Amino acid sequence: MAASTEAAIPLPPRQSGLVRFARSLALLRESPVGMVGAGIVLAWALAAIFAPLLAPFDPNATILPFQRPGAVDPTTGHTFWLGTDKIGRDILSRIIYGGRRVLIYGPIATAAAYVVGIAMGLAAGYFRGWWDAVLSRVSDIVLSFPIFVLYVIVISTYGASGLNIVLAIIFASAPGIMRIVRGLTLDLRNRDYVAAAQTRGEHPVYIMLVEILPNARGPLIVDACLRLGYVTITIGTLGFLGLGLPPPDPDWGGMVNENRALAPAFPHMIVYPCLAISSLVLGLNLLADGLREISIKD
Amino acid sequence: MREANRAMLIFLAKRLGYLAFTMLVVSALVFLVLELDPGNVAQKVLGPYSNDEQRRLWMEANGYLDPVLLRYLRWLGDFLTGDFGMSTRFKVPVAEILLPRLGNTALLGLGVLLVMVPLALLLGVLAGMKEGSPQDRTISVFSIATTSIPEFASGVFLVGIFVLWLGWLPGVSNMIGGFDLAQMVLPVAALVMYGFGYITRMTRASMAEVMQTHYIRTAVLKGVPQRQVIMKHALRNALIAPFTVIMLQINWLLSGVIVIEYLFAYKGFGSLLLEAALNKDIFVIEACTMVAVLVAVGTQTIADIGYMYLNPRIRFS
Repeated sequence: MAASTEAAIPLPPRQSGLVRFARSLALLRESPVGMVGAGIVLAWALAAIFAPLLAPFDPNATILPFQRPGAVDPTTGHTFWLGTDKIGRDILSRIIYGGRRVLIYGPIATAAAYVVGIAMGLAAGYFRGWWDAVLSRVSDIVLSFPIFVLYVIVISTYGASGLNIVLAIIFASAPGIMRIVRGLTLDLRNRDYVAAAQTRGEHPVYIMLVEILPNARGPLIVDACLRLGYVTITIGTLGFLGLGLPPPDPDWGGMVNENRALAPAFPHMIVYPCLAISSLVLGLNLLADGLREISIKD
Repeated sequence: MREANRAMLIFLAKRLGYLAFTMLVVSALVFLVLELDPGNVAQKVLGPYSNDEQRRLWMEANGYLDPVLLRYLRWLGDFLTGDFGMSTRFKVPVAEILLPRLGNTALLGLGVLLVMVPLALLLGVLAGMKEGSPQDRTISVFSIATTSIPEFASGVFLVGIFVLWLGWLPGVSNMIGGFDLAQMVLPVAALVMYGFGYITRMTRASMAEVMQTHYIRTAVLKGVPQRQVIMKHALRNALIAPFTVIMLQINWLLSGVIVIEYLFAYKGFGSLLLEAALNKDIFVIEACTMVAVLVAVGTQTIADIGYMYLNPRIRFS
């Protein structure tokens, strides 16, 4: 290695994290499918953030029951764009506010599951040996549960609260994340820069977090996007099964469950919440597909 | 060859041992979650309005004052001999309600697999044949779209179209007047809609990979007609990976049936588990969970063995 010539070449200035992030977002333009997905997700995120401005009514106020879409509230003159439910709450407002619930609990649960899964995967892949044997066995056993069977017994035993739902999702998702991270770590741990760091005498935790993890981010970002979609489905389905967060705050799955007996006469009460959750998950899945596409091109 | 047979036997024994180990750990977990606190069990069995004296007497009569390990071993022994306890909700032995329910769910699952597997394999092969073609893009986006709709929502959409709007099919599948094929259509359709996309994408990936191999290129270059290249050379190799995925889908089906059976009031295993969970029918929950995990791990074992059997590269290495 000719160290003198290498030192002569000036390194390009390292761009700030924000600039690099914006660059990678711009890459998404190459995938029309990914752009559509990003648009849908962004629209739901904005709707959730600005819910108080967008929602025409208080989501929990009982106004006028059994109104069909487009009916007008005689007292305020506002329109029930998507009708009202069986106890007279405006469905559009409940859908807008219901997005908040999914978009708060979904990312929190997914992120927490990632923290646990990454820690397990890095340890198993980097240390191998006993760590790997034990952590892999534990993951295999958790993954052998049909996932909703697991949710149903855990939540029906410990009760349906936000914390329990998040914990159940961590418990069920971390093993899957662990498997992916472990595979990536097994590959990356043999790279030269890891050997260099080991020679420098860096702490294993430093090597795992600074040398290995950032280089595994590509596949993990795609997986996180898909998993967020799946967690959204989980939260909605738990609500539908009557195991979701307690009422009265709006919940897309819960709205379907509450009103489904009336569906033959008032299909709007259950069809719109279903459209809401399906479109959000579709957005996340399309975004994941777009990200995967551009990451293959790179 | 004898060497290969021995390796196969060792592999089989290992997988079966692993199956037994997993079931043992799962049983311990289920027991700890549901029965660690005996007072809790007594309350669930006797109902929320029982008093402390009644609960204590019940615990004494049923051996719930013994140490946890002893209770677990006794529970496991009962389980292995087919004694799942009494259902508090239905007031009959658990096995008596569980078995017919399992039969119904097996029927539903069979229907789903019969429709889903050919459909998904066909679409996956069509998409993977010409990677990046409009045909491929259309199938891929379509399968992403259907996989994005949660089972309960696809159920609702199907009911909206075929029951409320067109009026062609019944929206309830409780089979009250005996078995009715028309009542099976929507539950099967809803599960297929959510599930086929995953197998399609896996088949597509596997097919696309095979299409890039040397032997396919050779076949194309020596002038074999395309139909024959696909049918004779590509398919056999491309369908090994989806086989495993299909077996793993059984695990997913066990989750899906909970939602769909609840939505359509189908009297199966999934709706039984949910009803038991919502009513704290503890022994039914335990039996359902153990059966579900046994089916899931069992199919996984079959998938592993089958994969080894189908793939000569693994079989002979």
